Amino acid sequence: MAYKRNVDRLPIIPADAREHNVTCHYCIVGCGYKAYTWPLKKQGGTDPASNKFGVDLSTQQGAETEAWYAPSMYNVVKQNGQDVHLVIKPDVNCEVNSGLGSVRGARMAENRRSDITGTQQQRLTEPMVWRYGTWQPTSWDDALDLVARVTARVIDKDKEDDLYVSMFDHGGSAGGYENTWGTGKLYFGAMKVKHCRIHNRPAYNSEVHSTRDMGVDELNYSYTDYQVADTIMLVGTNPMECQTNLFLNHMVKGMQNGARVIVVDPRRTVTVDACEQVAGAENVLHLAIASGSDLALFNTLFTHIADQGWVDADFIAQSTYQGDVAVAEDAAHPAALGSFEAARAACKMSLADGAKITGLTEDQIRQAAEWIAKPKEDGSRRKTVTGYEKGIIWGNDNYRVIGSLVNIGLATGNVGREGGGVCRLGGHQEGYFRPSDAHVGRPAPYIDQLIISGGGKVHHIWANDHYKTTLNAAEFKRVYNRRTNMVKEAMDARAGATREELVDAIVGAINAGGIFSVDVDIIHSQIGQAAHVILPAVESGEMNLTSMNGERRLRLVEKYMDAPGSAQPDCIIAARLANHLERVLREGGRNDYADQFKGFDWKTEEDAFMDGYNSGNPEVTYERLRAAGNNGVQEPVKGYENGALVGTARLYEDGVFTRHGREDGKALFCMGSWRGLQAPGKAQQQANHRFLINNGRANLNWQNWFLDQKNDFVMDRLPVPFIQIHPDDMAELGLKAGDMVEVYNDVGATQALAYPAATARKNETFMVFGAPNGTQGNVINAGTNELILPNYKQTWADIRKISDATPAAAKASYKSWEVEL
Amino acid sequence: MKCNRLVDVGRRQFLRGGVLGVAGAAAATVLPAGQAKASPALAMVDYPSTKLGNIADLKVDEPLDIAYPDADSPGILLKLGTRVEGGAGPDGDVVAYSVLCPHKGFVMSYAASDKTLNCPGHFSRFDCEKGGQQVWGHATQNLPQFALRVDDKGDIYAEGADELIYGRLSNVLQA
Repeated sequence: MAYKRNVDRLPIIPADAREHNVTCHYCIVGCGYKAYTWPLKKQGGTDPASNKFGVDLSTQQGAETEAWYAPSMYNVVKQNGQDVHLVIKPDVNCEVNSGLGSVRGARMAENRRSDITGTQQQRLTEPMVWRYGTWQPTSWDDALDLVARVTARVIDKDKEDDLYVSMFDHGGSAGGYENTWGTGKLYFGAMKVKHCRIHNRPAYNSEVHSTRDMGVDELNYSYTDYQVADTIMLVGTNPMECQTNLFLNHMVKGMQNGARVIVVDPRRTVTVDACEQVAGAENVLHLAIASGSDLALFNTLFTHIADQGWVDADFIAQSTYQGDVAVAEDAAHPAALGSFEAARAACKMSLADGAKITGLTEDQIRQAAEWIAKPKEDGSRRKTVTGYEKGIIWGNDNYRVIGSLVNIGLATGNVGREGGGVCRLGGHQEGYFRPSDAHVGRPAPYIDQLIISGGGKVHHIWANDHYKTTLNAAEFKRVYNRRTNMVKEAMDARAGATREELVDAIVGAINAGGIFSVDVDIIHSQIGQAAHVILPAVESGEMNLTSMNGERRLRLVEKYMDAPGSAQPDCIIAARLANHLERVLREGGRNDYADQFKGFDWKTEEDAFMDGYNSGNPEVTYERLRAAGNNGVQEPVKGYENGALVGTARLYEDGVFTRHGREDGKALFCMGSWRGLQAPGKAQQQANHRFLINNGRANLNWQNWFLDQKNDFVMDRLPVPFIQIHPDDMAELGLKAGDMVEVYNDVGATQALAYPAATARKNETFMVFGAPNGTQGNVINAGTNELILPNYKQTWADIRKISDATPAAAKASYKSWEVEL
Repeated sequence: MKCNRLVDVGRRQFLRGGVLGVAGAAAATVLPAGQAKASPALAMVDYPSTKLGNIADLKVDEPLDIAYPDADSPGILLKLGTRVEGGAGPDGDVVAYSVLCPHKGFVMSYAASDKTLNCPGHFSRFDCEKGGQQVWGHATQNLPQFALRVDDKGDIYAEGADELIYGRLSNVLQA
C-alpha cells in the first residue's frame, strides 16, 4: 500500500496569521510561496471572517483554489523560541508560478525540522568534533578553534595551496548572495585559495564558458518569452520534471498560444509527452539523437539555416564581430571564436553528414531548421527561444556544443529580442557575489583528481557531497576514506592530549599523506562521515536569504522560523572562522597575515549582504526587497524610482554584448567543428560495454534529495534509485520490474532498481543521478573536457541482476509515467 | 473513444454533486448550526458510513461514479479484477478513490489500459492497484483512498479516507 499520512483535517490559517515572502529554495525557477505562522494554541475558523482567505471553508473549494493546502504544506516549528503553526503554500500572485506548486516545493513545510511532528530529525543542530573514536557535540568556539589551529599550520601568506576548499556557488537552498559572499570573502579575499571546486563539479569553473566568451550571458531572457515565442527549442533538458512551473506556467502557455516545440534528447522524456498533450504531436518534433552528437546537429542546422539565408543579416552586421578570428583556440579556449562567416566555414556540415552522425533523417533536420529559423510569410523573424541544460553542459564537448547552439541564436537574431533568448534552464537559483576568482586560473585545477593523487592537507567543505555527486566517485571515496582515516587514527591515538598535542598529531598525520576534513552542511552528509569537524548550517527561511532565479529575478526569502539547534548561516560561520583564524595567527606572531582576516565582524546575514552584494548594487537593500515581495526585481537593477526597484526584463535589448568583457560590445561566434566523443576514455567505454547509462534527475526529488532521503512520501515511491530499461532488454537480462541490478564498467559499479520503460530505446538506459543509496557517479570515468567540465551523459556499462526487489521496492508502482487521457 | 482531455471536460465542472444519486451522505454527520445542546468535541473526524453500491453492480474496469464523504467529493468505486492489498469484497479487488487530483483539484479519469487515474490539468497519474500511489506527477500526496466495508448482502460502504481530499481542510465538512 502506498504511504498515506492519514491526516483528516488541518488547522485553519487565522485571519491575523503572520505572512512571510518565500521563494522556493530548491530549483532555479524559484516559485513564489507564502509562509503563514501563528501561535500553537490558536486557530482560524471556517467562517470567512476568521480565516486568511476570507472564504467559507465549510464548503468544498474548486479546482486551483487558493484556499486549500495539503498536509505536506503544514508543520509545527519554532519561531523566536515559541512553537508555531506553519503553512507554506504557493503564491497565486507570483508571476513565476501563478499559484502552482511542484511536488518538491509544495513539501517545503513538511521538510522543515520539527521537534513536535518529528520531521527532518537528520538536521544538524550542534557542532561536532571527532573525539574518542566518534563525533562528539561541542561548542562553536571549540570546534572553530580546532579548525583554525589545524588550518593555520598548513597555510601562510601567499602559500595557501595545501588548503583545499569545496564550496557551493549557488543561490537558493543554503546558498544565496549572503553565503557566497561570506565564503568568497574568506577564501578569495582574506586568502587567495587556488585549490577549490564547486558543489557539483570537480573544479572551480563556469559550466558555460563558451557562451560567456561569446558575450552572451547564459540567463538572458524573461520567462514570459516562452509565452510569445513561435518555436520553443529544448536541448538536453527536461523542464516538465526539473523546472516544472517554468514549463507549466510559461511553456504551456506558449504552446497554447501556438508555439511549436523541438526537443533534442536521446530519451523520450515526460516533457516530450506533455508537449504532445498540449500542442498536439504534429507540433512537437522530438529529435532523438545519438548520445553525444549534439554538436553535429547544431553545426548542420547552422549550416543549413545560413545556406537558406534564414539569418538576421542586420543583427549580424550591427551586433557581432566583423573580422575573422577574434580569439584563437588555445588551452583556455577549446575552440576559436570569431565572425559569423568564420564560424560558418569552421562549422560547415552537410545534411547528409549531420544525419549520419546524429542518427536522424535529413528531413527531420530540415524541418527543425524551418521551425527554428524560416522567416514568416511576411518576412518577419521567427521568434525562437532556446533552453538548454545538463544534457549538453555535462555532455560531450561542452565548450563547442554550447557555442554551436548560441551560434544559431545569434545568427537568427534571437538573443535580446522578445520571444527569443538562448539560456540555461539551470539547477539551483543563482546568488553569486564574490571577489575575483582569476587567481584560480583556466583551466582550473581538477580538485577531485588532485585529492586522489595525494594533494591537499586540510579540506574545508561547504555543502558539497562528493560521495554522491562527483565523477569517478568510487575511486574518490576509496582514497578519501583512507586519507581521512589516517587523521582519525592519529586523533584516536592522542585521546586525552592537550589541544596543542592534538594539533601536532593531526599535522603529523596529514604530512604523512592524510587529510583533515571540515564539513559545513545542514545534514550529516556522506562525505561528512569522513570529516573530523562538522559544523551545522541553516537553510533559506531559517535565515533571510537573497537569490535570483533563471530569469534573473532577485527576491528576499524572509526568515520565518528558528534555526535547528545552534545552526548558523554559512556567512556567519565563515565570519567566525575568519575571526578564529585571525586570533590564532596573531597568537602565533603572524600579524601581517592575521590582518588579512579583518573585516568579518558581521552579526547577521544582513550585515554580510550589505558588506557584499550591496557594495556592488547600492540600490538594493533588504527593506526594498521586502517591499518588492515575491515578484522581486529582475537583475541587473538599474535604479530605484517611485518607491520600487527598477530592473531589466531582458538582457542585450540594445544589441550590445558584454559578457566577454570586450569593449566593442560585439558578440562572437564559436568556430567549433565536430570531433567525435571528445573526453578521454569515452569512445573505448562505448566500444566495450553494451548499455548507454544516460543519467539525470527525476521530478520527485531532483534538487532536494538530501532532505527527501528522510521523507516518507518520497522514499515510499523511490526507495532505491531507478534505472529505466526497455522491456525487451529486461527480458534478456532476466529482470522483473523492481529487481535490483548492478551497473558496472571499467571504472566502478553501482546499484539501481530496474524500471521498465517502453519508451526507452533498446540498449539505452537512464539512471537517476544523486541518489543517497546508489551513486551514479561510480560508473562515470574521470574524463572531462579541456576546461574540466565533467561528462556524465556519455557513459556505457553492463548490467546484471544482483537481487530481487528490496521489500520496499517490491511494493512500488512500475507503470508508465506518460499520462493516459 | 472517450476523450478525457481538459479542454473537453471543462476546467471547473467537477462539482457534480446533484447528478450522482448518492443521497444523505453529508447529512448523516453534519449537525445543524445552533443546536441547543452541543456534542462534546471528538479527537477524530467522524466519518459517515455511506453505501456506494453492491458487489453485483460492479464489472471489471468499469468504475462507478460515487461521492464520499458527501455529494461534493467525487470518487470512483472500482473492481480491478486482480486481488490487491487493501482491496475489499470476496475477490479482494474492489477499491474506491477520490478523483480530485491532490495537486490542483482537477477531476481525473480512469484509464483501464493500465488501471490508473489520470489528471487532465497537469498530467499527474495514480496507480489504482497500489493504493493510489502517484506514479508520476505534481501532487505531494498519494490519492485519498476510501476505506470499504462489504456486508453479507454484498452492499459496499465507505467509512473513511486516508488522505486529505483536495479542496477541503476537513474531510468531513463542518461549519
